[in-house]
Amino acid sequence: MIETIVIPLLKIAVLLNAVLVSVTFMTLLERKVIAWAQSRLGPMRVGPYGVLQAIADPIKLILKEDITPVKADRMMFTLAPIISLVPALVVFAVVPFGGDELFYITDINVGLLFIISVTSIGVYGIILAGWASNSKYPLLASLRASAQLISYEIAVTMTLVSVILTAGTLSMVGIVQAQQDSGLWYGFVQPVAFVLVLIGGLAETNRAPFDMPEAEQELTGGFHTEYSGMRFALFFLAEYANMIVISAVVTVLFWGGWLRPFPSIDALAFLDLIPSWIWFFGKMFVFLYLFIWIRATLPRYRYDQLMRLGWKVLIPIAIGNIVVTGIAKVVL
Amino acid sequence: MATEASPIFDTDELVINMGPQHPSTHGVLRIVLKLDGERVIDADVVIGYIHRGIEKLSENRDWTQIILLTDRMDYVAAATNNLGYCETVEKLMEIEVPRRARYIRTVLAELQRIASHCLWLGTHAMDIGAMTVFLYAFRERELILDLFEDYCGARLTYNSMRIGGLPLDIPTGWDNKVRAFCDLMESKIPEYEELLTNNRIWLERTRGVGVISGEDAVGLGLCGPPLRGSGVYRDVRKDEPYAAYDEFEFDVPLGTNGDTYDRYLIRLEEFKQSIRIIRQGLDGMPEGPVMGKVPRLIKPKAGETYHAIESPKGELGYFIVSDGRATNPYRFRVRPPSFCNLQGLRPLIVGHLVADVVTLIGTIDVVLGEVDR
Repeated sequence: MIETIVIPLLKIAVLLNAVLVSVTFMTLLERKVIAWAQSRLGPMRVGPYGVLQAIADPIKLILKEDITPVKADRMMFTLAPIISLVPALVVFAVVPFGGDELFYITDINVGLLFIISVTSIGVYGIILAGWASNSKYPLLASLRASAQLISYEIAVTMTLVSVILTAGTLSMVGIVQAQQDSGLWYGFVQPVAFVLVLIGGLAETNRAPFDMPEAEQELTGGFHTEYSGMRFALFFLAEYANMIVISAVVTVLFWGGWLRPFPSIDALAFLDLIPSWIWFFGKMFVFLYLFIWIRATLPRYRYDQLMRLGWKVLIPIAIGNIVVTGIAKVVL
Repeated sequence: MATEASPIFDTDELVINMGPQHPSTHGVLRIVLKLDGERVIDADVVIGYIHRGIEKLSENRDWTQIILLTDRMDYVAAATNNLGYCETVEKLMEIEVPRRARYIRTVLAELQRIASHCLWLGTHAMDIGAMTVFLYAFRERELILDLFEDYCGARLTYNSMRIGGLPLDIPTGWDNKVRAFCDLMESKIPEYEELLTNNRIWLERTRGVGVISGEDAVGLGLCGPPLRGSGVYRDVRKDEPYAAYDEFEFDVPLGTNGDTYDRYLIRLEEFKQSIRIIRQGLDGMPEGPVMGKVPRLIKPKAGETYHAIESPKGELGYFIVSDGRATNPYRFRVRPPSFCNLQGLRPLIVGHLVADVVTLIGTIDVVLGEVDR
């Protein structure tokens, strides 16, 4: 009873809160990092160095009036933000944050497949948001979003196949253990796949330079133009939660999850003194920082260029990578 | 609007209203776009949302009061507006402006050009999604505003010139501050270039986008960087020198392809040429008064004149008619470069994607205050 229900529920509660709190602080981090990149200070007023801004923002959003446009499809309009946030939170169930069983809710044998399938539900939220708003800009943005997410979903999934081939398992924990056994992070074994997943991940989370669906300058905010208050905040939470998911997935697949660097070299064994979850969060943080850094640096791709990149560059490379991996697997 | 233009309205087209409240229309420009998917098949540019009647207003104001109104046209380049107006009246009254005043005017106008181009670069890059360049460019623009504040006390609407010269001589040490700024600006241009010039995404977004041939550019009456971007040599500073430009050496950059990227490169080169002019102006600054011999009551004799200068946006011309009796102009007409360049917007955006529309609004660098007046 305790083993099967209470402990998992406790873990879920802790994890959900941790994710949501870290999302709010992600927004602060993003604002701060971008501010530093742009030679300004970022939020400084709320709390010392603006650290309480992360709390002030949600409070503001909750207190704001929640407007539903008259001509919107009320039910879908309400449902859309929920649909986009829930999958982003659900996938955390199979992310192993540490080596011990304490640090993941469950380890299912199709973990990676589960993540791929559940995250792709999120796109419905975006499409429905654009559709239900009954407004032209959101509609354009949501059409862009669906096209973009589907294209990049294919590229990323194709790429993941080569990782699955290498690891021989779909379980998230299993993939990390496979890396431990082989003594190498898969980032070194599958460098092409690593880059592809990183790029595809940027596109799937709608982050710069692929942030077309919410291209503020063209589409005045994109699919969430008509949203306000907490419903808008849900989209925001979903975007950042997705960023964390992608960072976690990349960490697990390519940077050895909770493993220390070079797990096969015994001379570095003293690094094991650092708990495994710290390694994990450290690696995840690197990717989150990278996402923000890219946003501060690069201009935005145009929609057709984005599609070209997805279909004509990433997918062929991904397929080629599968073939090469398969041959290498047979020969070696 | 656009729907009325076609008698049979095709339901497959999406008519979408961009502006006047839109983050990327640089003020209150409104464009009615007719879209086929994401492609623009027709565009209707609507202006007039910030019309304040400056021209008519000027016909009921003293000649000196009008300087203040000219500030409000191209509000990101107020000093060049002042310069154009004052020179026109001086031409009408045949007033000789002291050489020192002409030098200071040139320096101010070039500082203003840098400030205006900074704003353009920042917003243009922001439209394409490069947000950091925006703040970098505004950081430098801020320093120019400080310099102007030192000179005349104002930061945006300067009212910095008078008919016959300047209201003030430059403050002590100001020239050194300007020199320091020039050095700093020169070190900052590579920062912009590093983020944009060779950036693959930037190249894809700007190269081959909004191509306009030199012939079409002339036909549409474009001026300034959009005209020079198409390889047409026309710069009022060179062709009809005013202020002290005939005494300075500088190059006029020309483009070859006439696309957005060329116009970008041209404006970046103009940063460097402006710095060059400012340095020459400060080095050769003559001594003497800054105000010429001007009658106490400014009342030009009957006649009319047109005079143009090269504002950061292009050829800024003033046409003024005086009836010789009143202390205000009989007719006051401005040829604003933004308005003329806006003529080129429709041919530029038709056939491009929605994302390019904001790129192209940015590349022609319009200021709506000047378009509507």
